[in-house]
Amino acid sequence: MLQHTAGNEAGRSTPIVTVENLVKRFGHFTALNDVNLSVAAGEKIVLCGPSGSGKSTLIRCINHIEKHDGGRIVVDGVELTGRMDDINGVRREVGMVFQSFNLFPHLSVVENCMLAPMKVRALSRAEAHERAIGLLRKVRIHDQANKYPGQLSGGQQQRVAIARALCMQPKIMLFDEPTSALDPEMVKEVLDTMAELARDGMTMVCVTHEMGFAREIADRVVFMDRGAIVEEADPETFFRAPRTERARDFLGQIIH
Amino acid sequence: MNSLDFSIVLQAWPYLWSGLLFSLALTAVAFVVGLVLGTCLALVQHFEVPVLGKLVRGYVALMRSIPLILVLFWFFFLVPIVLGHLSGNGRPVPIGATWTAFITFGLFEAAYYSEIIRVGLRAVNKGQFEACQALALSTFDTYRSVILPQVLRVASPIILSQTIILFQDTSLVYVLSLTDLLGAASKLAQLNGRLVEMYLVIAVVYLAISSAASQCVASLRKRYAIAGR
Ligand SMILES: Nc1ncnc2c1ncn2[C@@H]1O[C@H](COP(=O)(O)OP(=O)(O)OP(=O)(O)O)[C@@H](O)[C@H]1O
Ligand SMILES: [Mg+2]
Repeated sequence: MLQHTAGNEAGRSTPIVTVENLVKRFGHFTALNDVNLSVAAGEKIVLCGPSGSGKSTLIRCINHIEKHDGGRIVVDGVELTGRMDDINGVRREVGMVFQSFNLFPHLSVVENCMLAPMKVRALSRAEAHERAIGLLRKVRIHDQANKYPGQLSGGQQQRVAIARALCMQPKIMLFDEPTSALDPEMVKEVLDTMAELARDGMTMVCVTHEMGFAREIADRVVFMDRGAIVEEADPETFFRAPRTERARDFLGQIIH
Repeated sequence: MNSLDFSIVLQAWPYLWSGLLFSLALTAVAFVVGLVLGTCLALVQHFEVPVLGKLVRGYVALMRSIPLILVLFWFFFLVPIVLGHLSGNGRPVPIGATWTAFITFGLFEAAYYSEIIRVGLRAVNKGQFEACQALALSTFDTYRSVILPQVLRVASPIILSQTIILFQDTSLVYVLSLTDLLGAASKLAQLNGRLVEMYLVIAVVYLAISSAASQCVASLRKRYAIAGR
């Protein structure tokens, strides 16, 4: 199903995402200041940090939903400049899952999954349908394929959103707080889906405060504050012995 | 006062029927032309196309501020002159009352629909656009497959309400000496002196058609209230 099987060992050497000296401003406000990040193929990164630290902005720059003002972003060998060809070339390979799902409310679940493969990857309706059903089965929601998003629970909608992104067969998946808008009892089903994806070898960058999830699947935890990366470590080290004061404060707040 | 005699209506029915057909045809054509053109006008404004966007804005404002009856007059006299200039020899090219009616109603409706659609476009959640970007959909596919279908669904009750008004306004074609349902009834009423019967019967016809359409509006509202998250 997923085309690449790069394990962590092999993957380490070839970064699939490179972010160098990234600067992003909103007017006079600098949301990202000199951010450097490299993601190896198959690597799973958890991004965390206080509200407003720039986590969303960073992953939105990676698929150019936000335009950066300085530095370089290279995804799968293509540098993101302003050129639309490059941007859509990159976006094809980068899946994104949003906090608020952003499913298309006028399309059924399966149609949500079929649209982009047909329009962008030029799959036939039958091929797109087959792929969509396959991935909906993988996120265990194929029995709802003909319902509309409005008829599903939040957790089900988010799993559909994951399947929709996977239908493009992306090389990287970006998650922006995928469980923050969910009722507590639905968080697990979405995290389980993501963990399964991680085990399949998908390259993932997840903004999440689910520390249990981070411990279980992250290769690296990246901690951001005030528009900069403050600390990076493997989850074990990060949670046990955070180096910076700010990370300690942050962990103190979310773990209580 | 003499008693009502509806047999007269029965005799006159073929003529009334042709008037009704004209009203319906005019409404249908104006609806289709108005919707297609109105969508284009809304998009031109939405994308803030240089120059054209401003022109469209002005056109819509103008159409919405003058009465339809005046627009009908204008087009009846203006369009032939414009066509004359375009054809080169400068002599007015008469297009006839029927064409005038169809063109005017279409263009007039387009202005109203475009305003409804423009507002609808602004109301679409930002996340919908971002989801399209993330899926690498082109701008064209984004609007055609995701944004416009949602806007048209949400706006469909208002669009249909506007169309009911349009249907009633078709009676204005009397200024072009065309005969719609109301026109047919008035002519017959003058001829046979049965004003009350005539106007009663066509009032019922208008009522029936408009309330059937209103039923549709209500059910559309209900349907999209459920489907819309
Ligand atoms: N479109 C925008 N216009 C202006 N300022 C923005 C915009 N988007 C984000 N910002 C600002 O940039 C900063 C970083 O925002 P960002 O959404 O990346 O934070 P975050 O780390 O994802 O926070 P949260 O945990 O609340 O989601 C914030 O101060 C925010 O107010
Ligand atoms: Mg955020």
